[in-house]
Amino acid sequence: MSTETIAPREYQIYSGDDLRTNVLEISMGPQHPSTHGVFRMDVSLDGETVVKLKPVFGYLHRNHEKIAETTSYLGSMPYTDRLDYFCSMTNNWAYALAVEKMAGLAVPERAEYIRVIMAELTRLQNHASLVGFLTNDLGASGTPLLYAIREREHILDLFEWASGARMMCNYMRFGGVRNDLPSGWLAQCKKVVDDFPAFMDEFETLLTGNEIILSRCQNVGVLPRDLAINASITGPCLRASGVDYDLRKVDKYGIYDRFDFKVPLGSVGDCYDRFMIRLLEMRESVKILKQALATIPEGPVNDSKARNFRPKPAEAYGRIEGPKGELGFYLVSDGTPKPHRYHVRPPSFINLTVLEDMCLGQKIADAVIVLGSIDIVLGEVDR
Amino acid sequence: MIDLAPILAKFPPVKHDAAANALIVPQALALEVAKWLRDDPAYRMDYASNVAGVDTLPVEKKTKVKQPDGTDKEIVTKKPGSMEVVYHLYSMALKHGPITIKQVTTRENPVVTSLTPIYRGAEFQEREAFDLYGIQFEGHPDLRRILMWDEFKDFPMRKDYVEPDDYEYEPTPHDAVLAKAKAHYPKASTSTEAAS
Amino acid sequence: MTLLPTNTSFAADEGLRSELQKAGVFVVSLEWVYNWGRKSSIWPLGFGIACCAIEMICTAAARFDLSRFGAEVFRPSPRQADLMIVAGTVTKKMAPQVIRLYNQMPEPKYVIAMGACAISGGPFKQGYNVLKGVDRFIPVDVHIPGCPPRPEALLHALMTLQRKIENQRTLGSDARRTNPAYRGENRECPIPEFGEHDLVPPYNPEVWKPHTIVREA
Ligand code: SF4
Repeated sequence: MSTETIAPREYQIYSGDDLRTNVLEISMGPQHPSTHGVFRMDVSLDGETVVKLKPVFGYLHRNHEKIAETTSYLGSMPYTDRLDYFCSMTNNWAYALAVEKMAGLAVPERAEYIRVIMAELTRLQNHASLVGFLTNDLGASGTPLLYAIREREHILDLFEWASGARMMCNYMRFGGVRNDLPSGWLAQCKKVVDDFPAFMDEFETLLTGNEIILSRCQNVGVLPRDLAINASITGPCLRASGVDYDLRKVDKYGIYDRFDFKVPLGSVGDCYDRFMIRLLEMRESVKILKQALATIPEGPVNDSKARNFRPKPAEAYGRIEGPKGELGFYLVSDGTPKPHRYHVRPPSFINLTVLEDMCLGQKIADAVIVLGSIDIVLGEVDR
Repeated sequence: MIDLAPILAKFPPVKHDAAANALIVPQALALEVAKWLRDDPAYRMDYASNVAGVDTLPVEKKTKVKQPDGTDKEIVTKKPGSMEVVYHLYSMALKHGPITIKQVTTRENPVVTSLTPIYRGAEFQEREAFDLYGIQFEGHPDLRRILMWDEFKDFPMRKDYVEPDDYEYEPTPHDAVLAKAKAHYPKASTSTEAAS
Repeated sequence: MTLLPTNTSFAADEGLRSELQKAGVFVVSLEWVYNWGRKSSIWPLGFGIACCAIEMICTAAARFDLSRFGAEVFRPSPRQADLMIVAGTVTKKMAPQVIRLYNQMPEPKYVIAMGACAISGGPFKQGYNVLKGVDRFIPVDVHIPGCPPRPEALLHALMTLQRKIENQRTLGSDARRTNPAYRGENRECPIPEFGEHDLVPPYNPEVWKPHTIVREA
């Protein structure tokens, strides 16, 4: 059977007569300074080289799906905020999109624009923080992360102004968004977006040519193209391996077909490509934001009829391009106000499938960087 | 919408569920169908996006029918429960999709064929369905509990799962939570008993 | 800020003291100095569990700047930390690790339960794998409500904790009575085992008692 799929490489332990080592097993996590949240890896080491790595999940399994099946459709919206807690806006959107698909709701024009603006702002702050955390794992303790968080605060202020909360926005509704943007919001947003490239220049000057980043990220944790597809990797990790698959272009959900932007692709698929893809995607997001802010129309922002509704028995799978990859919701309705089945397709969970493949043969210190470059958030991995 | 007719023609045992626009694939054929879908140049379904288990309880419906002699007769219609595994397949090469594949099995002995040998992306999600629903995946390389701890015995996402009673006080419980609160807190016995 | 904690039995002439202060001589008790040092250099354990941890990081970052309170030195090892900020949902699978970390911290140690989840299970309290409040297993000093609590709320919790430390007795026979860290008793919390349906035991009876409410018949 193993010939069908692309199995993890076998790593041979060197066993010449002159040198004898025993395999050392380490359980890294769930409390560990470098893992992103309560993630654990059971690693077997030959010297410092990883020969086996098994991720262990479930330390943040909060039963999101079970709770969602006992509450109304709208009642799950705030829970989606807490999946990937960096990107509540895109989570909201993915869920709203799945419900809209199932119930056949239309979204007003202005709401579509607001959704795009919010999603791209989310992408900006997610990628900026990710780069910060990644460099933190590399040993640049704090500085780039502080820069990123400084910039993130500007965006969080925008979220708070529009939705009332910094992180848990709960802003999208089925058939639109909860409330219109407050007056002055768009002007402030323009200012933040216009200032963002300056931060990016600063960030890139600081990081991209950095000797340590180059030598520790290049050719580390290479993910081959075929494996990436076979293992259902999505998002920046997939595109770093050179696969042109961005749901904003493929599905054209929302109104993404109206904007002019490029999809950056990597060529090697190593940590450095994954790191650079994020920086380049931020530039594209700024481009989209500028276009959206210039053309946003006036009008209603939601359909007030779609509050607590009872969809007909149906099922739907809605997906969007979240900052971490394809975020999908699979819903089955049985005609009651509660979903019969509510399933989340978490990108960071599935992207971890290849963690072992990328780390085999690398040093243990590099495993941490590989993990950092995948960009996981435990709320989404374990749900 | 992808044309499903060629698949149905090639694999006659595969049924089409029109309501969900899904293919219901028998277990014995699942690997073959998935492999064909992945490799066929017209489909190239190389990307298994989503894998989900679905549990449906059996339902009993009682309807009263008037008999010709004037009496009521109760008719009980039973719908058996089922356990399903749903796969959503897309194509990264041709950028189309989805094709939905379902494997249906029983609640009492849920066994399906694992598609991990074709799609590695299904590995963790199938483990999750095993962990939370107790669905056995034949041919899965590493079928262990993934989210709950190994000693755990129940399958918590099943509709008939009863959770341990660790109710936390809530001032205004309602609906299902109220039922839990009632089950948790003892009922006062009659006043004479309390006094004695 | 009072220079002298109100509960010290330190007798000095108020007027004399203020005269001395003008000359740059401060008369305080050793205990005050000791507590002032402790409260101004709280080292938290760098321990994020869930969403609240991100707000904890924001608090430590430039805008809110936890270092104004001397508490920015996040230690990766529990052996070097004196404050555990439980920032996030403690699941049943994670609970033994949280308790083990608590046990490994040296005395005197403090716990802040940050966010609704750490207090009571929060939005996820109906979940089968969610511990309904970390205080079922370990003693908690400060609870902060919120989902997530704003960084200002975490700062407030830290100041509340500083006030608590300020007023703790560390010298004299009173210290043993009022400060659990000086009682010399074993403050290790028992670590629950993974059971077939739930944690065994489901809570630590020494720190937590279930509410008893009797329903009307
Ligand atoms: S209290 Fe809210 S923000 Fe904090 S961990 Fe719980 S769900 Fe997340």
